Amino acid sequence: MKAPALASLFGRGTVAAPPPDIAAAALRSDRFRLEREQEWSRLEAMLDRIEKGHLRRLSDEDVMALPVLYRTAASSLAVARETSLDAATLAYLEALVQRAWFQVYGPREGVIAWLRRFLGGDLSRAVREIWLDSCIALFVMVMGTVAGWLLVARDQDWYFSLVPTQFADTRVPGASREALLQTLKVEEDSGGLSAFAAYLFQNNAGVAILAFALGFAFGVPTLMLLAQNMAILGAMLWLYHDAGLLPQFLAWLGVHGTTELFAILLAGAAGLHIGRKMAFPGQRSVMAAAAEAGRRGAQVMVGVVLMLVFAALLEAFPRQLAGTEARAIIGLFMLVMWLAYFYAFRGRNRTGTA
Amino acid sequence: MSSAVIDKRRREIVTPEGVALSFRVASRSARAGALMLDFAILMLTGIVVTVALISIAGGVLDTEGEGASGAGEFLFVVWTLFWFFLWNGYFIVMELGPRGATFGKRAVGVRVASRDGGRLTAEAVLARNLLRDIELFLPLVMLMVAPSGDAGYAGIAAACWFLVFMLFPFFNRDALRAGDLVAGTWVVEAPRTRLEEALSTTGAMRDNASAVTGAAYRFGDAELSVYGEHELQTLERVLREDRPEAMAAVHEAICRKIGWEPGAGDERAFLEAFYAQLRARLEGGMRFGKRKKDKHS
Repeated sequence: MKAPALASLFGRGTVAAPPPDIAAAALRSDRFRLEREQEWSRLEAMLDRIEKGHLRRLSDEDVMALPVLYRTAASSLAVARETSLDAATLAYLEALVQRAWFQVYGPREGVIAWLRRFLGGDLSRAVREIWLDSCIALFVMVMGTVAGWLLVARDQDWYFSLVPTQFADTRVPGASREALLQTLKVEEDSGGLSAFAAYLFQNNAGVAILAFALGFAFGVPTLMLLAQNMAILGAMLWLYHDAGLLPQFLAWLGVHGTTELFAILLAGAAGLHIGRKMAFPGQRSVMAAAAEAGRRGAQVMVGVVLMLVFAALLEAFPRQLAGTEARAIIGLFMLVMWLAYFYAFRGRNRTGTA
Repeated sequence: MSSAVIDKRRREIVTPEGVALSFRVASRSARAGALMLDFAILMLTGIVVTVALISIAGGVLDTEGEGASGAGEFLFVVWTLFWFFLWNGYFIVMELGPRGATFGKRAVGVRVASRDGGRLTAEAVLARNLLRDIELFLPLVMLMVAPSGDAGYAGIAAACWFLVFMLFPFFNRDALRAGDLVAGTWVVEAPRTRLEEALSTTGAMRDNASAVTGAAYRFGDAELSVYGEHELQTLERVLREDRPEAMAAVHEAICRKIGWEPGAGDERAFLEAFYAQLRARLEGGMRFGKRKKDKHS
């Protein structure tokens, strides 16, 4: 017994069990089972290998046989349910057919194929499909910025309650023009910047995922998060405007901000989309509407994480190393590029179906 | 277990072949166990890699020279990205695999599946895992902050609000968490059962006589008609487990029920014969569309 057991452990060939003595079975249902048992165990051995991720190691013959064996097992199960009272065999068949069903109807698409399909049109389509939520998010973000600006313009104490202390180092109302200009300066060398980029990416991606996840609560917390963050921006815009440094600040922010703010807008919109679809599911059930919106939102979120990788790289390198004009040009270029990719790019072979 | 009791966690999906495939929704405790296992794995991996990177960094910083700070910075980048992808990628990559389950889920025997019976798409797996933060970590943070009173009533309100997400699986019958709801998925049991021996090829069922005493047990229609499918499957379990004291007890119970004088020493042969004849009778009835659920029907 030892040798075949070891051989099957290492996946070298299947153990050829001797054909069962069908005539020995006293019961008709056991004879039914013994006649088919070898096909079932062949299917089981194949499933073991597929589930270990060794699909490539299956021979062509086995791959061709998989759907056939699955259908045989499924029909055996249907017959056994009506003719057999052998609980152990029924439980085995249920589990076997279920496992086979997952593999036969499971995802056959690799990560690379999925990524190609995703970047080649699915992402753009998902972004276009949440246009209404994007508009709402944009509106909220603009309103948040304006509110932050107006509040601080009226009463400068608002600045300290809006802006978290980590940003309010030298950037406070009443700071000199030189001190503010110092915060926008160009770094001399690139030391430490890649670590900065990695940190920024991780931080921003976390915020974006949170904005998305909060949308599930009918979108309200997402909107609050967006408005609050943009109020900080509005307050700081006013601060630099007051010092006459608005163009420099916009360039400093825009080099990565067009990408990053766009990404956060999309993350918020994706969350909002789920909340909106759950609140107003239309003809479908709430569950079905939520599932559809959730899958669409997840696609957008993968795009958001990719955008944030770009944003972190831009924030760490060009923002710290380039001058005002270069910063502005890069920022505008990125914005145009994202807009074109999301709203003008239709994918390769999906134009007819969309 | 038995067919007589209605199984609250059983759901049916009809495959394209027209076979009703039954799934059991995974229990909440199994899923909680799987989650803890997964986080134990994540923490362990994270700590091992962090310690390894720190020891490398220590070696790098010892060497004086131009490249030292660059190398240290590179290690920091690797560490930051590693944590991000470990934390967010582990569940996604594992659930996209052929088993549709993380190591923790595999250990407790459950997997992720699409609720509508279609295929499990990459988008669905992404969606269900992106919501993990608000379901688990935010509520935990809020629960820790709220009682201290630092955040005031707003903190308590937020804690209650996030508790809704955390306790979501307890308020629907499919034990869906918020991520499952949004992704259109559920977590079902994925049993891996071995095929047991066919019972009627061995012992008294094959030979029609006991190997010990040579006696051939024959039961009449009246004696076999007292039991139904539920009792048959209980008997099957007793035979497969093969424990002498259990068999003796069942043997005595059956003898009393059918009015035989219980003997001793040949229980297994008696039960095998009774099982084979009862099953033959019940399966014969099934072929004519007559089913007998249990002894009461």
